[in-house]
Amino acid sequence: MNTFSLTYKQYGERSILIEWPSIIDKKTLKDILFYKEKLENILIKDIIEVKSAYNSILISYNNTIENIYNKISVLKDIYSSKISILSKPSTLWKIPVCYDAKFALDLGDISLAKRISKQDIISMHSEVIYTVYFIGFLPGFLYLGGLIKVINFPRKEAPRLHIEKGAVAIGGNQTGVYPCMSPGGWNIIGNSPINFFDISKTTPCFANPGDKIQFYPITKKKHSDITTLVKAGVFQLESEVIRG
Amino acid sequence: MVKVINAGFYTTIQDLGRFGFQQFGVPVSGVMDSYSAKVANALLHNNENDAVLEITMSRLTLQFNCDTCICIAGADISPKLNNKLVKLNSILNIKKGDILSFGKLIYGYRCYLAVSGGFQTEIRMNSRSMYKSITTQFVLAKNDELAILEHDNIFEKSNASIKINTNHFGLNDIEVLKGPEFELLTKKQQKQLLSNKFTLSKDNNRMAYQLVEVLENNIKPIITSLVLPGTVQLTPSGKLIVLMRDCQTTGGYPRVLQLKEYSIDVLSQKLVGNNIHFLLKS
Repeated sequence: MNTFSLTYKQYGERSILIEWPSIIDKKTLKDILFYKEKLENILIKDIIEVKSAYNSILISYNNTIENIYNKISVLKDIYSSKISILSKPSTLWKIPVCYDAKFALDLGDISLAKRISKQDIISMHSEVIYTVYFIGFLPGFLYLGGLIKVINFPRKEAPRLHIEKGAVAIGGNQTGVYPCMSPGGWNIIGNSPINFFDISKTTPCFANPGDKIQFYPITKKKHSDITTLVKAGVFQLESEVIRG
Repeated sequence: MVKVINAGFYTTIQDLGRFGFQQFGVPVSGVMDSYSAKVANALLHNNENDAVLEITMSRLTLQFNCDTCICIAGADISPKLNNKLVKLNSILNIKKGDILSFGKLIYGYRCYLAVSGGFQTEIRMNSRSMYKSITTQFVLAKNDELAILEHDNIFEKSNASIKINTNHFGLNDIEVLKGPEFELLTKKQQKQLLSNKFTLSKDNNRMAYQLVEVLENNIKPIITSLVLPGTVQLTPSGKLIVLMRDCQTTGGYPRVLQLKEYSIDVLSQKLVGNNIHFLLKS
């Protein structure tokens, strides 16, 4: 570990931003999550929250930062410290998606533009195991890495005003699921009946950064059955713990 | 209980915000002008985090169904109790059946109504701040009934209203710190950003304020990273966007400035057409 050269910047009166080199990869993610866990354990009394994104961590303190150099030197010590933290194992979540034309508003356009059959797009979208990098944009929106290059597709020039909850979409080199109704510019290729954000739970998102996601195709009938089970609070997502 | 007779232009319940859930993509939310909301709560000896009504710009009418004490602070929207103008920044005794209404906007943009003990609306993720997809309701509607605690009137009427910082509504200087991407700007861009005047566009709400004047821009979007309320983003077309309390937790535009916390309060009392100037502090 500790092979990255990090930059530390004060951000506002109470936060410090730590940045990794500008690349999106799993090695960076692993280093970020390991550092984040150490920070959360050691700084617990001084901080409101530690958040992470593709190549950054933002630490928000309870109080205004008086001496930025002291704070940064404490952070650097934590980064290089050898303390061992029992990392949480990551989980692979299997997410049902209905790619039927009823939901897949833009699948036809992508298929035409790319000259790839709808079925092949669906296969390519659902065979990959995606990595959860972080949650942002909307409550419960997972930023996923791993979309196959041949099905990358640019965002719409004019965003839609209403995208349905559960819409599965492609935007540029990213794919994701809208956790609630929202405006948005990504291309919709299906819909998942499950909740990505559950306000009634203390941990409202089942997935954490570092977890994996795989989509599997379901029929319209199955989509409607799962919707019923989800509403009744009895649907159980399939998942596996990933070792190592 | 307080009954909403007319919900006004845009009225919400807010406390100081929802902390600790941004890692799940949940915005901070909370009162736009925390200074004024704190004044209203302090006068009633409430906790500073007690929930208040944030009343935007105009027309709200409420009827109280129990005795209580209230305090109104922030923008002056001509508050009237049973049709008689009342003072801001002072304790007002309320009798069951009283009607509180707001009319013409005199100064500022957002007004805060605190009640003794705070509004007792639903708590979601440690906060009563309304936000779509987090709270059941995200804006007040006609006939809503808001729970409050019954409270005896304060008899020895002090009749005093405290002096507030009057600069609060007149300041055009918005104090800022450098944002994470400030140094990517050329010296010329930095100078323009810190010496030009900027006008608030009509696109302003609890999520963000857009500014009218554009800045020449050639810096590229960044890899999606974390943002804060008060972050000034520079879009590829050169538009400046000041993120406010309901902003998303992440964004991909360069973050050129960061408002100091008090300046977020000052900015939230401005409205379309007002001018501001960014003043760099260290």
